[in-house]
Amino acid sequence: MDAFINDLGIILYATLLYTPPLLFAAMGSCFSELSGIVNIGIEGMMTIGAFTSATVAYYTGNPWIGFLAGGLAGLAFGALHALATVNLGADQTISGTAINFLAPGVAILMAKALFNSSDTIPLDPTAKIPLLFSDVFTSGTVWSNFFKNVFNTYASTYLVFIVLIVVWFVFYKTRYGLRLRACGEHPATCATLGISVTRTRFSAVCISGFLSGLGGACVTMATMNQFRPTSIVGQGFIAIAAVIFGKFRPQGAMIACLLFGMCSGLKVVVGTSNAAVSAQLISMIPYVVTVIVLILFVGKSRVPAANGKPYIQAK
Amino acid sequence: MSKVKKALESKLAITVFSIVVSFVVGAFFLAIMGISPIEAYAKLFSSIFSTPKNMAYCVVYGTPLIFTGLAVAFSFRTGVFNIGAEGQFVVGSMAACVVGILVPAPSIVLVPLCFIAAAVAGCLWGLIVAFLKVKWGINEVLSMIMFNWIAYYLSNYIAGFSLIHSDGNAEATKNVQDAARILFPESWRDALCPSSNWGIFVALAAVVVVYIILEKTTLGYQLKAVGFNRHAAEYGGINVSRNIYTAMAISGALAGIGGAVQLLGMGARISIFTSQESYGFQGISVALIGASNPIGVFFAGIFYGALKYGGSKLNLIGAPSEVVNIIMGTVVFFIAISHVFRFTRIRKSKKKKEGAQ
Repeated sequence: MDAFINDLGIILYATLLYTPPLLFAAMGSCFSELSGIVNIGIEGMMTIGAFTSATVAYYTGNPWIGFLAGGLAGLAFGALHALATVNLGADQTISGTAINFLAPGVAILMAKALFNSSDTIPLDPTAKIPLLFSDVFTSGTVWSNFFKNVFNTYASTYLVFIVLIVVWFVFYKTRYGLRLRACGEHPATCATLGISVTRTRFSAVCISGFLSGLGGACVTMATMNQFRPTSIVGQGFIAIAAVIFGKFRPQGAMIACLLFGMCSGLKVVVGTSNAAVSAQLISMIPYVVTVIVLILFVGKSRVPAANGKPYIQAK
Repeated sequence: MSKVKKALESKLAITVFSIVVSFVVGAFFLAIMGISPIEAYAKLFSSIFSTPKNMAYCVVYGTPLIFTGLAVAFSFRTGVFNIGAEGQFVVGSMAACVVGILVPAPSIVLVPLCFIAAAVAGCLWGLIVAFLKVKWGINEVLSMIMFNWIAYYLSNYIAGFSLIHSDGNAEATKNVQDAARILFPESWRDALCPSSNWGIFVALAAVVVVYIILEKTTLGYQLKAVGFNRHAAEYGGINVSRNIYTAMAISGALAGIGGAVQLLGMGARISIFTSQESYGFQGISVALIGASNPIGVFFAGIFYGALKYGGSKLNLIGAPSEVVNIIMGTVVFFIAISHVFRFTRIRKSKKKKEGAQ
């Protein structure tokens, strides 16, 4: 029983460590997709956010300036995607593909320019996102270890759930959220009601970039302590999957992100304690589980009606 | 006919324009880094064009990209977006590897067997996704991303089997038998490069086959009709579900064969991956640059291969090879917004006409 509680604590710790990057990016994806713009450039936006945050935090020594800089870097590429897809009516998948080439290219190039290596220099613990409640939870008995594992975690983990509530509120309780979702369903109707589809979608894609950048920042400033070319690989796509899985709702995406996060956590726990099960097969679990869950429970994920269709507002 | 020609010409013009702009953007980033763009580009182009050996390498690098490019282009034309070429490439490569190591047979039997195994594996990998879409309406982009990763870990898992795992310490499979390789004869390779292989001719054949399917057959007509307008095609009596199966099967097989070509031509064995190799994702760019036209894809694949090879030599003068990614990204970005230029051109010509009246 004690061993079980201990393992459970470690799994929860790992889950809460791997979830925030995915959840930030998934919320970013929600913003873009609900406004009607397909954004597969999330991956690239996370990568540039991961690099920028680690670099700025290294030079300033301040984790929060670094964290914010990561978001802003993501926002810059979000704006580029928005310019192409919202203002110029470009094919959204193609533009997103371009972002996925450009952003990692720029990130690694700048890393080589600044650090003479494709990795950034590891951050000091003081420059990383701080661990919260280190004084409150101390190790000792089984249960205190458990609570320490679960709650003595990075501030970004707490932050992501706060942001999630804010995002939910924005989507479903504010005028902006209603307009944003309407633009994703029927842009022409919005336009006749005097809503600027262009402005709404542009802002949504920018926010999408910002949140994805923050997601990337969580990877380099909490999960790891430096940027490497392999920091992000695939997490942006997993976040997109989480959103489709969660039926384009932030709360649904959260469940999916926790599931993916937990599978990554399981991989760490089982991978170290049990050599009999192949680590490769365990790594496969999240993806297989997603497919099975989709077949069994979710079925058709209702995509916003105008998703992927360019809309150029008449003047 | 002249209309078609004009459209092609304008597409080509836009592609060339995009490539020129992307080199300017790349130069900008090189300049920021304090590297002379002229020096870097001189190195890039001399690495590509200076010797027959280098040019042969560009073709070798480009060959698998032609296949993934064809796979994606074929899916684009038929209304499915095959972001799963990555996974189909990986399972194709692994199937060819298993056959190439284990089946004792002479070259004339073994090589076709490897290709068939790869095509079937890629085809099945594509069909699973099509099945999920048709049967349960599961979003194909999502399931393809999942199956890319499943393929990735499956390949790593299979590579660990003692039957095919390398005898040494290498984190890789054994080499496939020499009989399974598709290298050019020794004397040709001395003149070209050590990995020169017949793959490029297989690629040419694939280009012709895809062109014929799309342009000269009823099947191609139906597939394209679904790609243009699903509902109209359905109304016109075309079975849309069957078309999704067919499109994904052919697209998957093309990507799978690409995996076999890469393995039998160049790699000879499969290493345990540490990150996705991205042949499939690069295929998306190749398809876009080639305007989803089989012949265009052929040249786009070679172009990408050349930049990949040339880029790998940039490190020699201290310039980062990532500039190639920036160049490719910019090309794709400009192709994405290209219709803006076309639109303004049409407007201009309209204005001219009005002026003439």
